[in-house]
Amino acid sequence: MTRGFVGRRGRDPRLPPGQYDTGSDWPVLTAEPTPHLDVASWTFFVSGAVENPTTWTWDEIHQLPLAEFHGDIHCVTTWSKLDVDFAGASVDVLLAAARPTAGASHVLVHSHTGYTTNLPLDDVVGGKALVAWEYDGGPLPVDHGGPARLLVPHLYFWKSAKWVSGIEVLDHEVQGFWEVNGYHDRGDPWLEQRYQGD
Amino acid sequence: MPDPSPWQAATIVDIHRETRTATTFRLALERPVLHRAGQHYVVRLTAPDGYTAQRSYSVASAPDATGTIELTVEELPDGEVSGYLHEVAEVGDTLEVRGPIGGWFVWDGDEPAVLVGGGSGVVPLMSMLRHARRSGRADLVRLVVSIRHAEDLYYTEEIQGPETTVITTREPWPATGRAAGHLSAGDLPPVPDDATVYVCGSNGFADAATALLEASGVAPRRIRVERFGATT
Repeated sequence: MTRGFVGRRGRDPRLPPGQYDTGSDWPVLTAEPTPHLDVASWTFFVSGAVENPTTWTWDEIHQLPLAEFHGDIHCVTTWSKLDVDFAGASVDVLLAAARPTAGASHVLVHSHTGYTTNLPLDDVVGGKALVAWEYDGGPLPVDHGGPARLLVPHLYFWKSAKWVSGIEVLDHEVQGFWEVNGYHDRGDPWLEQRYQGD
Repeated sequence: MPDPSPWQAATIVDIHRETRTATTFRLALERPVLHRAGQHYVVRLTAPDGYTAQRSYSVASAPDATGTIELTVEELPDGEVSGYLHEVAEVGDTLEVRGPIGGWFVWDGDEPAVLVGGGSGVVPLMSMLRHARRSGRADLVRLVVSIRHAEDLYYTEEIQGPETTVITTREPWPATGRAAGHLSAGDLPPVPDDATVYVCGSNGFADAATALLEASGVAPRRIRVERFGATT
């Protein structure tokens, strides 16, 4: 217990432990310069342990059924943003086209900047993940990963790679940018899996 | 690399004001860990009912053997943790901390570095500058710090020196006579080919600084950014 600290009252039950509601703010946290990507040359790939490696252009990915998310997002730096809307393509649809092999168990997500992040395959299937290009009914702002980012809202937001370029399917775990630097391999905010060992 | 340390107790042994809104807290660690310049700690406060609030703060002090670290904290409007630290915390109080954390925005003192900080973004860069000076390698480091008014400068006398350029956006900087204005290409030192550039500040500052650096030919992969603040 910290002397003299009482904390806030009326805490929203949608906030995982250690998180606060950022309200209408949406903090921007990136480790690299913001890239400015042209949708005319933008592509998204699914490669690695798949039977049918596939690449989509901006127009091609927009031909897929639009998948929507409404809910809450949680950043490891302790802000959460409630009631947000994203739309894009379901990762289920992308993986169905590429057909992961029987031994596939993990993914390493890549960004156009060179950023990477790793996730268990189970965390990006079953309606849990999108490649999102729409936020709150408009284009996803470049500061927040536009033209398109991964969206895995049930995990800490560094897993939702900005400026996403593709998913490498793997039959083993390979750590990404923050994970190599001590952050958790899974990152469940309800279990406070912030750093390795949590 | 080793996992970040678990939570430990840290006792406040010194508090001093940097500016009207920023304060430096020197913490004695129960289990001292040598940090790398640029790393941060998480500070966690716990209420009697078990409610916790935690925030990350960069270490301002150089890596050293004192068993203490200095965190400089900007008091934010309605800041739950920064407000507590400014209004309630006293020397002798114990906080829970976790760290050091971060393996990207770090400088180990053995290669050239250009440091570009806006406002409170100077904190991790100050750790790097102190590390460089203490190890006799100040020649490796150039620091540019942008503030609004002269009175907003952290580490006032210590930060100044041959490595440091201070620019002010709202009034001229008395020491050089530079006119008030935002960071421009002319304020940036030459970036050696083997240097890494560390940019820390608000989103607006970080975007502006990286754009200037890229326009002057610095490859994006050589620029490391730590930013804070929000878009709405």
